[in-house]
Amino acid sequence: MHLPDGFLGSGTSSSLIAVAAAVGVAALSKIRKSFFAKQKKPVLATPEGITIGGGETAQLTKYGREKIFKMATVGAFVFSAQMINFPVANGTSGHLLGGVLAGILLGPLEAMLVLSSVLVVQSLFFADGGLVALGANIFNMGVIGAIGGYYLYRIIKKYFKQVFLAAFFAAWISVVLASAAASVELAISGTIPLNTVLPAMTKVHLLIGIGEGIITVLVLGGLKYKEKRDE
Amino acid sequence: MNRRYTFLSLISLIIAGVFSLFASSFPDGLEKVAGEKGFIIKALEYPLDAVMPNYSFSGVNNEYLATALAGITGTTIIFLLVFFVTRGLLIKK
Repeated sequence: MHLPDGFLGSGTSSSLIAVAAAVGVAALSKIRKSFFAKQKKPVLATPEGITIGGGETAQLTKYGREKIFKMATVGAFVFSAQMINFPVANGTSGHLLGGVLAGILLGPLEAMLVLSSVLVVQSLFFADGGLVALGANIFNMGVIGAIGGYYLYRIIKKYFKQVFLAAFFAAWISVVLASAAASVELAISGTIPLNTVLPAMTKVHLLIGIGEGIITVLVLGGLKYKEKRDE
Repeated sequence: MNRRYTFLSLISLIIAGVFSLFASSFPDGLEKVAGEKGFIIKALEYPLDAVMPNYSFSGVNNEYLATALAGITGTTIIFLLVFFVTRGLLIKK
């Protein structure tokens, strides 16, 4: 679902670059707090009353260190899994987006940052997804797919109490939502009318989403994922 | 806990290096729709010279080797990028 350059108008692309950047910066500053613990710097005081040093430094916590490692491995997985296109009906293929998977494993904001990193590398090194369209792709897959998909998972889980079931449906729907967002962007840009592109995109991604759901559940199962009580 | 994630990153390398050779080459959902509805002609060439266009390492003649190499390189780049950049961005200040 990587939009190339040229599909979107310059207004749409540039506003989505701004949105993507804003969400990225907000996510970074939000997660920073949980990654660090403030530590008092040692103070050197002389009998004459002169003090040297003092103040506070931020130290990466054990939680932060582990989280960064997890983010890197999940990022690597999402990238590799996105390479694997699986065939769906009549000559079409799809691949994992990984938003909900990353969201469940890492938390929504961390997932958005990981997905954005994957999309940046795919664009810069692999020419997969346009350069100007990067903002739109981050918005569709990182903001809608990961953050939106994660909260969808929370809502579904509230009613069904089943982690894997909720993950499956949230992953499935997140793909359809991301494709709908892409359709709306295409329509706003005047590339194609919404009533033509939305049904076509939704139909294909309803199929691709099933694959997304299956892979998401398989990976969560493989990692023996369990929901923490305090979350 | 971290052992499972270490395992996940090894799996990622295998997926990118081996499974990627068997990936479907059908157009993806968006490309298919773009083709059917006729707006695929609007797609522009990528403005920069990417090192690994179409997930194939340029300069490597063997098609499979080029894909495997691109996959492994990409996976490694992502891991290092997320690990060090997140660390760097968060630690600053």
